[in-house]
Amino acid sequence: MILTILSVILIVAGLVFFFGAAVGLMRFPDFYSRMHAAGKGDTLSTLLVISGFALYQIRGIHDLSHDWPVLLVVLKLLAIVVFIYLTSPTSTSALADAGWEDGIDPVIEPGRENHLEDDCRRKKTPTAQNPEPL
Amino acid sequence: MESRAPRSPLYPALTFGCLMGIWVVFSGFLDPFHLSLGLISCGIVTWLSSGLLFDDRCIPLRRRATQTLRFASYLLWLTWQIVLSNIAVLKLAFAPRSTLQPQIVRYRTPLKTDFEKFLLANSITLTPGTVTIKILDDLFYIHAIDDSSAAGLNGEMDRRIAHIFATSDS
Repeated sequence: MILTILSVILIVAGLVFFFGAAVGLMRFPDFYSRMHAAGKGDTLSTLLVISGFALYQIRGIHDLSHDWPVLLVVLKLLAIVVFIYLTSPTSTSALADAGWEDGIDPVIEPGRENHLEDDCRRKKTPTAQNPEPL
Repeated sequence: MESRAPRSPLYPALTFGCLMGIWVVFSGFLDPFHLSLGLISCGIVTWLSSGLLFDDRCIPLRRRATQTLRFASYLLWLTWQIVLSNIAVLKLAFAPRSTLQPQIVRYRTPLKTDFEKFLLANSITLTPGTVTIKILDDLFYIHAIDDSSAAGLNGEMDRRIAHIFATSDS
């Protein structure tokens, strides 16, 4: 019973963070700050939701010699968390880099730095507004 | 440079052990048929792949064990940072828009190997208000969402990562 309540609390907390990520995705001003919401909002929430699932599975163990396959399910759930934690930040960085290379200009607060613009001028990619010279 | 120790014969055994453990967890069948399938395929993979899992086989296993323990404690610290990061993003998502001060900062790291840089880039992306956009040699270009997260890039993460792979046992 305690384990059930705990797993529900974990899952609901995870959903709150998912909701925050979705709201941030809609409200943040530009592509790069939206990457903050999209790339990080789902790491902790995945961890919380999947820990909730794992606890819910552990709840079903009464006799370990008979119910040991449940532990394999828990290990598989943990493997999902490991893969998310490896791939999520990598894909966030790759998307942000691809956005920069593709010519998306970041919104920069007045008076703050944009060192990437100083050091690493992009080659202009041909777009509809900026067509490649013939 | 340190003197090169001989290649440890335990590395194939370690690779095989890791693969077999993953096989058993993902398969879930413990009957002789499925186990022998796992033994054969893990054996072939261990035999064919010299650089899989462990790139440099001249590092003594004792240091690998120390690194693994330090890496685990680093992961605990990182998980706590991720909790703080998500709470910060949650606050920003519901805050008035004027609280953001987006900027792109340049950050020079003392870390040398590719794996250390990968770890640093992933950790920076996971922690509060910062996303790694580009790595050019030892320069990191990082999008920070406000002033306090830009000020958080103060080298503590570098020190912790450098400590994991430090050769001395201090």
